Amino acid sequence: MSVTHDEFTIEREYPQTPAQAFGAFADPALKERWFANPGNWSDAEWELDFRVGGGELNAGGAEAGRHNLFRSHFHDIVEGERIVYSYDLFHDRRLISVSLTTVEFLAGEGGGTRLLFTEQGVFFDGAVAAGEREHGSGRLLNRLGRFLAGEEV
Amino acid sequence: MATAPTLDSAFQALADPSRRSMVTRLSRGPASVSELAAPLEMSLPAVVQHLDVLQKSGLVRSEKVGRVRTCRLEPAPLRAVEGWIAEHRADLESRLDRLGDVLDATFGRDG
Repeated sequence: MSVTHDEFTIEREYPQTPAQAFGAFADPALKERWFANPGNWSDAEWELDFRVGGGELNAGGAEAGRHNLFRSHFHDIVEGERIVYSYDLFHDRRLISVSLTTVEFLAGEGGGTRLLFTEQGVFFDGAVAAGEREHGSGRLLNRLGRFLAGEEV
Repeated sequence: MATAPTLDSAFQALADPSRRSMVTRLSRGPASVSELAAPLEMSLPAVVQHLDVLQKSGLVRSEKVGRVRTCRLEPAPLRAVEGWIAEHRADLESRLDRLGDVLDATFGRDG
């Protein structure tokens, strides 16, 4: 059983204002449209309680595919500027990672938004059994191959 | 022996379209060097050079039996946890792309 720590930042520029970009995280009607169903899940569940002390839940999976569960807790919300939350991620009901996410809405070019999405996480290697692990990464490579070939994966 | 791959070396190896097409071919099963070279418009030495990059990244390994060198994908060294992290990150990237689409559709692109 081992753990891996990982930290990365994804940066995005959007032409809309930081207040509008923030709104797409805060307004349930907007957030649901880009967040709630990442993989065309057949049974997606999604709930958002956007306030410090509240959280978000997103669960589901493709038919006959892996079941995914995301469960977060909001720690810090500064209107139009920053959102900090932590979350658990489960694959087939096994805890696979725990992460701390910081979303920063900075002034971008021409009144737009420079969004910084930083995630610091601990990933549990032991959450995947050894045989399944090799199988899993082989499957991932195969999917990667199909994806690169321009197929839907 | 291939070195232990890292996400960086794997992504670097996959940054090239010819190497991606070689990985795509190998995802369907092992292949000889000449089979890998067949669909590519490049010399055999160039193919071997690309193969070398893929082997150093740990994504591919090859073995020579008689006169034929057979190549296959090497999933085992790519630790599952690194695979999960890559998959997880790709998922976040695609959600943030969709966020851009929702912002465009809701507020227009003029802000």
